[in-house]
Amino acid sequence: MKLFHLSLRYKLPLWGSLLIVVSVAAVSMALMLKAYEDLRQDVRTSASGLAHLLNRTLFPALLHDDVWRAFEQINAVYAGQGAGNPIRPEAIFVVDGAGQIVVSSHPERLPVLARLDSLGRDHAALAAALKDLSGTALTDLDFPGAAHRFFALPVHEESARVGMLVLAYSKDVFQPRFRGLALYGILVGGLVLAVLLPLNWYWGQRMARPLVDLARRMGRAVHGGPREEPPRDVYPFRDELGQLFEAYDAMLEEMRQKALLERELLQSERLSAIGRLAAGIAHEVNNPLGGMLLALDTLKARGGLPPQADKTLSMLERGLKQIQETVAALLVQSRESGRTLGNEDLEDVRTLIQPQVLKKSQRLDWRVELPPHTGLPAAACRQILINLLLNAVQATAEGGHVGLSVVPAAGSLRFLVVNDAGATPPGPLEHLFEPFVSGREGGHGLGLWVTYQIVQQLEGSLTAECRDGQVRFEVWLPLQAEET
Amino acid sequence: MTHKKDVVLSPGGNPLRRRTLASLVGLALGGGLTSWGPASRGATRPLVRMGFTPAFVHDQHALLADWRAYMERRLGFALEFKQRDSYRETMDLLRLRQIDFAWVCDYPYLHLRDLVRLLAVPLYKGRPYYRSFVIVAAGNKAVTGLKDLKNSVFAYADPLSNTGYLSPRYALRRMGEDPQHFFRKTFFTWSHKKVVEAVAWGMAQGGAVDSYIWETLDRIDPALTRRTRIVERSPEYGFPPFVAHRDVAPALFEQMQNFMLTMHQDPEGAAILGRLYLDGFTRGEPGMYDGVAEMMRAFGEL
Repeated sequence: MKLFHLSLRYKLPLWGSLLIVVSVAAVSMALMLKAYEDLRQDVRTSASGLAHLLNRTLFPALLHDDVWRAFEQINAVYAGQGAGNPIRPEAIFVVDGAGQIVVSSHPERLPVLARLDSLGRDHAALAAALKDLSGTALTDLDFPGAAHRFFALPVHEESARVGMLVLAYSKDVFQPRFRGLALYGILVGGLVLAVLLPLNWYWGQRMARPLVDLARRMGRAVHGGPREEPPRDVYPFRDELGQLFEAYDAMLEEMRQKALLERELLQSERLSAIGRLAAGIAHEVNNPLGGMLLALDTLKARGGLPPQADKTLSMLERGLKQIQETVAALLVQSRESGRTLGNEDLEDVRTLIQPQVLKKSQRLDWRVELPPHTGLPAAACRQILINLLLNAVQATAEGGHVGLSVVPAAGSLRFLVVNDAGATPPGPLEHLFEPFVSGREGGHGLGLWVTYQIVQQLEGSLTAECRDGQVRFEVWLPLQAEET
Repeated sequence: MTHKKDVVLSPGGNPLRRRTLASLVGLALGGGLTSWGPASRGATRPLVRMGFTPAFVHDQHALLADWRAYMERRLGFALEFKQRDSYRETMDLLRLRQIDFAWVCDYPYLHLRDLVRLLAVPLYKGRPYYRSFVIVAAGNKAVTGLKDLKNSVFAYADPLSNTGYLSPRYALRRMGEDPQHFFRKTFFTWSHKKVVEAVAWGMAQGGAVDSYIWETLDRIDPALTRRTRIVERSPEYGFPPFVAHRDVAPALFEQMQNFMLTMHQDPEGAAILGRLYLDGFTRGEPGMYDGVAEMMRAFGEL
């Protein structure tokens, strides 16, 4: 059914409304039925009182065949009462044993001596029922479909009977009164509904809104749309719904972590694959290059070449050396040297970097606390530091600031290189450590890639971030036990 | 007092009727008590008592009280008016010498003629005569006379009423019908006015009523009489007379008769007569009631 697929926003208020309508209708019906029964009972009580009162005066009158006195007695009932009163009988009459009317309150309609069964359907049914009545009790005769409800009481004293007194109540009078009652019930019910239904609608909407909101967010999160933080004020309560929102928060956080992890893993895989590929190519290039340079050397050492050729050979040698430099940069060899990092290496680095700093009138902060034994290869560390510092100096504008801090921390050695971000912040950080990606003109883009490769080989980590207007490169290298 | 019914000492016990009882009480509490109370207690001469039959048009108590006060002023002694529910009760009061004078119907007068003598006969339309009417519901066009009411329900006024009982029965007899079986059912209303009501409301298809009362009602309650229609008029009968017990002292009889016969000459008396729709009184004579006597003889009552 389509109805069951409706949004909770409609389903909750609709079900609530249905329940309210059913409840109000049920209560109204019950009250109306009760009122109807009360009205019927009222008529019965009134009829009983009237019939027994009339019985006492009618008995002697009928016993003496004093029809006029009997007429005056039953007619007294009609003195001064409103015609619309349903408690008042429409007609009162006395029937004899032969089914003839002896006296009636309305002789024009119910003539004296008329046979009861000749006076229409209601009275014919009454006549038939009266034949079977015995005893001296009041009998309530309500024939289905009849326009009248009759009460019959034998006019009696002790066990002597002189006729049957009948009180006829019109349902035509009775029913409009009940209709009025029903109308009143419907009116009150409608008023209650008019108050409850909007309240219910508001409440249902209020209940459904956070659920609908949550469902929408979940849908987006699952189907890869933009993930939204649930605003804290959407549902501030601690019930099940509140717990659902918390769980959603937690789920969202986990998804974010997982995605981050996946991205880092992917990056790392890509970088190492590129590294292996580059190293393989470099190796293949390096071998013939070495042979070519050796051949050139041999040729030059033999001498005797015409100056023109000598000049050409020098050009070739320079070109090949440039290729060798580039290839050597690709061929990262971290453990070339057996010497470990010491303070003199850092002094060398400072000396090497100083001219560049001075050239751009930059300020260099230098803070070094080396542990006595680092166990880290000096050449690799020197290359890391030089690469990062040169990169920093070049990225910083003239008169800017560059800083280095080397401190041991928790079993690692931390290098922190800081520089002003300058007008142009570094390019996309995720490609920072890929080869041939350069943020500036003139660079071949290998510096950071090489640095990354060396750090990887030393089983350390390298991060870059841009924060508070500063670019920070941070390297963590695990301190190694002193090699024996 | 527009209406005098067949005022008679009526023999024959009738059930007390609420209205009549109420009127009686009203009479006693009204002017009556205040004037005759002291007289009955302290007067040296015996209280003069006058009986009225109940066949009054309603709301006549004030008129009766005014009439009694007027009589006391004119006659110089206290009077007691006694009203009873039926002719028979008033007749019993006469027999028991409980009253001195009475306004009775002609039929009871003949019953009691050895006990009473004529005091005065009211003049209605200038003459001491009236009739019996047979009435039916105004809408009942099928009935043109008494004969058409065969096998119907018929209302009589009082078994001791001439116009309300004796006369219609005599008419039937003259038609060759047996009054006992001509109607399917008959009943007494114990009042002429209630005969009119019984016919108007449909309790009876026909009824016998005093012409004086019907015509009086026609003036004071035309809505009621308009619902009825006269289908039969009887011959004239002597008007219901005022009678005196034969034991009443001649002086008192004389004084009372003179008062009655001259009442119309006095403006106050004429006003009271006017309220009764009567013109005055005449001495009357027993021969006026021969017609009634003939009917009674026909039924073997004389």
